[in-house]
Amino acid sequence: MKFILLAFLFLSSPAFAVQPDEMLADPGLEARARGLSRQLRCLVCQGEDIDESNAGLAGDIRKLVRERIAVGDTDGEVLDFVQQRYGDYVLMRPPLRTATLLLWGAPLLVLGAGVAIGVIYLRRLRREES
Amino acid sequence: MKAGAYMPLILLAIIVALFAVPLVQGRDPAIIPSAMIGKPLPDFVLPPALPGGAPLESAKLRQADRPYLVNFFASWCLTCRAEQAVLAAYARESGVLVYGIDYKDTRKDVSRWLDAYGNPFAAVGFDDTGRVAIDWGVYGVPETFVVDSRGIIRYKHVGPLREEDITRLVRPVLEKLK
Amino acid sequence: MIVELAHFALALALVLSLMLATVPMAGAAKGRVAWMALARPMAISLCGLVTIALLGLVHAYALSDFSVLNVQQNSHTLKPWIYKITGVWGNHEGSILLWAWMLTSWMFFLAARDLALPAGLRARVLSLMGLVVAGFLSYILVASNPFLRLSPAPREGLDLNPVLQDPLLAIHPPVLYAGYVGFSVAFCFALAALIEKKVDPEWAEQLRPWVMAAWVFMTLGIMLGATWAYYELGWGGFWFWDPVENASLMPWLAGTALLHSVAALQKRGALKIWTVLLCILTFTLSLLGTFLVRSGILTSVHSFASDPTRGIFILVLLGLTAGGAFLMYGLRAPQIRIGASFRPVSREGAILLNNVFLFTFCATVFMGTLYPIFLSALELGSISVGAPYFTATLTPLLIPFAILMGLGPMLAWRETLPGTLSRRVLVPGALTALLALAVALMPLPGRPFTVVMFLAAGWILFATLADFYRKTHRLTALRSLPPAYYGMVVAHAGFAVLLIGVTAATSWNAEKISWMTVGERLSFTGREVSFLGVRPDIGRNYTLERAIFRVTEGADDPGYYLQPEKRWYPTQERELSETALHLDGFDITYAVLGDQDKENPQRRVVRLYHHPLIALVLAGALMIAAGGLMSLAKPRREKSA
Repeated sequence: MKFILLAFLFLSSPAFAVQPDEMLADPGLEARARGLSRQLRCLVCQGEDIDESNAGLAGDIRKLVRERIAVGDTDGEVLDFVQQRYGDYVLMRPPLRTATLLLWGAPLLVLGAGVAIGVIYLRRLRREES
Repeated sequence: MKAGAYMPLILLAIIVALFAVPLVQGRDPAIIPSAMIGKPLPDFVLPPALPGGAPLESAKLRQADRPYLVNFFASWCLTCRAEQAVLAAYARESGVLVYGIDYKDTRKDVSRWLDAYGNPFAAVGFDDTGRVAIDWGVYGVPETFVVDSRGIIRYKHVGPLREEDITRLVRPVLEKLK
Repeated sequence: MIVELAHFALALALVLSLMLATVPMAGAAKGRVAWMALARPMAISLCGLVTIALLGLVHAYALSDFSVLNVQQNSHTLKPWIYKITGVWGNHEGSILLWAWMLTSWMFFLAARDLALPAGLRARVLSLMGLVVAGFLSYILVASNPFLRLSPAPREGLDLNPVLQDPLLAIHPPVLYAGYVGFSVAFCFALAALIEKKVDPEWAEQLRPWVMAAWVFMTLGIMLGATWAYYELGWGGFWFWDPVENASLMPWLAGTALLHSVAALQKRGALKIWTVLLCILTFTLSLLGTFLVRSGILTSVHSFASDPTRGIFILVLLGLTAGGAFLMYGLRAPQIRIGASFRPVSREGAILLNNVFLFTFCATVFMGTLYPIFLSALELGSISVGAPYFTATLTPLLIPFAILMGLGPMLAWRETLPGTLSRRVLVPGALTALLALAVALMPLPGRPFTVVMFLAAGWILFATLADFYRKTHRLTALRSLPPAYYGMVVAHAGFAVLLIGVTAATSWNAEKISWMTVGERLSFTGREVSFLGVRPDIGRNYTLERAIFRVTEGADDPGYYLQPEKRWYPTQERELSETALHLDGFDITYAVLGDQDKENPQRRVVRLYHHPLIALVLAGALMIAAGGLMSLAKPRREKSA
């Protein structure tokens, strides 16, 4: 028994970028291409990755990603290829460099600091009690 | 604990100061600095955009004995129109060579456009797929690069060049390269 | 004329807010009852004046008065009337006026309700809120005035972006702002407490409903935005770690920490300083959010068009407001007596650890959002931070957080003996272990991520329900448990439900993108999709093409229809694609109509998506908000559960 509710119609924005004609024949390679596209930022819209952006440049870079995969590049090599031309900004996942150590370290640092402050507070409570 | 109570205030001050920098500078967050600065210009061969023109090749460009400009433009780009006059005036007055790369265009359109808005280019390459533009790290038009005599990219300007941009930004770069 | 009246009302409001900021505060300092008593009528009148101002702008939009610059830039005669009204806050100036109105509305409720607030506290809180309002009103009048006239008045306006012409998106800002702004009450309560040097359970009891109400609005506001994004953007995403989305998540995280902290303070007099600090932090993050959206410092699909002078003004506002509060904190916090004591293994201890986690989440989102700005301000490079950073850093931390969420309610206040705790953990722990066994045997895709997340959600559910059973199986206990307890059960269960939904939808989703010609069929997730046809039509302020697909499962199934559209809005010359959704249990299948083949208009790109259990995300969020609402009910007798 299915609960068939309503077929909703809602407003939508223009995205949906990948065209069927762009897609690679091999589903494994195509899956890699889609995954890599989600790692690359569209420089025109800047808020979207190239997989979702329908800007012309996003389409060009999607094609480029598939070209590089077809030629045999690894995932890292494909991302490097784009990053060498457009800089770190194009990577959705910020690379680990000295400049980004604080960024990547922040969660554990803050957690550690928080726990430390908590422990100090608990000790102080203990002292005040006695 | 006494001093510790001011930690939040100090953190806030640092953060506010860091925000103030881009605001006061009036930086446009949409402009991304180029990753190609300091790198050699990419290898490419482009057919001529105009009939009877010469192809534009990186090999030929590397033979240059002084710095030059490479301008990416398109006939469908509205802000490129005003830029043409500025580029032409600058090329005339300073003798700097300007090469054009026509981005994702048709030959008919670019021919007409150059007739209408002026052609200051020593040569114009035809990049209809936009692939060469990707190798230069171009993400929109117009963009203008300054390349030195050894073929190293030294500066990139995003957006149309206005006279004050030439004076404030491009000239000093070329001066330094002398 | 009405617009001028509205403008004048706003100017009067500024004067009144300055008076409100000073007189009752001075009265509280000197013990002048008459001056303190002025706070209530002043606050109520202030709300009235700003309401007049807002209504004046609404009036201009409703009548499409294009002599008002703001209306001309953002509206159009053909726009449906509902979007004319809601378009008031679809732009920067109108939305900041809405912000200010929300501030005065919260003040109105604070002033008008017959609360058992001590006169001094009420006077101080209202004065402080008056000061915040004064800041915003001066910003509006000086740098962001929606009442500027345009002469000669054009005949037509520039229209509102069609993407914003949507019912859910129309109410998203007011609900979200109600939340953002609602935390200003907690902010002012905290400052008043610091001024009076009085942070105690009575203060917490007064504060708690205001925190809860603001938090419920914020939860709903974020949920509305995510729901809209889901059906709007056409491929199933509902959260993008966009800077402006993060700007709403940060105060929500801090607000959640505050919620728990206030409860500990009220029940046991513990965590005084933490609560005060969180009150200040939450609203500071609200202000930060406002700053980020409007300053032009970030590119975001959400950000309003802006110029740097506006940004500087808001930054100054943020700096003075938060700076003043943190300065007061620095001066007074050491003078507040430390809160009630407790052992590490206790309800208070769990709340403390919970707050550490929530603060870590908040700090991580903060870093991810703002690091690119900081880096480029220091000229150390240009990076961008996208979803991969947030999912890599936050997801692992969710596991200990979930464990804690289950343990929390099992712990007694002040101290819990290990024997008691292990007794209470036994049943839910065993159930979770059984679940782990079952899940290990099932062929679930997306391991190990899905397995871990489902176990975390399962643990929360088992632990919460076990605790519920323990406290209520003797029916007499039902009456004496405070509503907040039931609220907590529903909210925590809701979080688990949300977790299940997010995990399933992101790990098990299916997608198919291909060309289809009318009459053709293809198979998708075990169903057959037939392309029946596509035909043109006309809407209110747009023309469209509507495609019809029939989806069936097996020969006997009547199936259902999906009718995605492609709309063209001539005034803005924009094309918009509209998804068609079908809800089936908690799963959603949907279709998007893409480009057409240049040679054959009957051949179209079709995108089909299937998201299992995604409705659980919405259900979970609603449960969380419902839990909060339940906690607002007045308890018969306060009893710690």
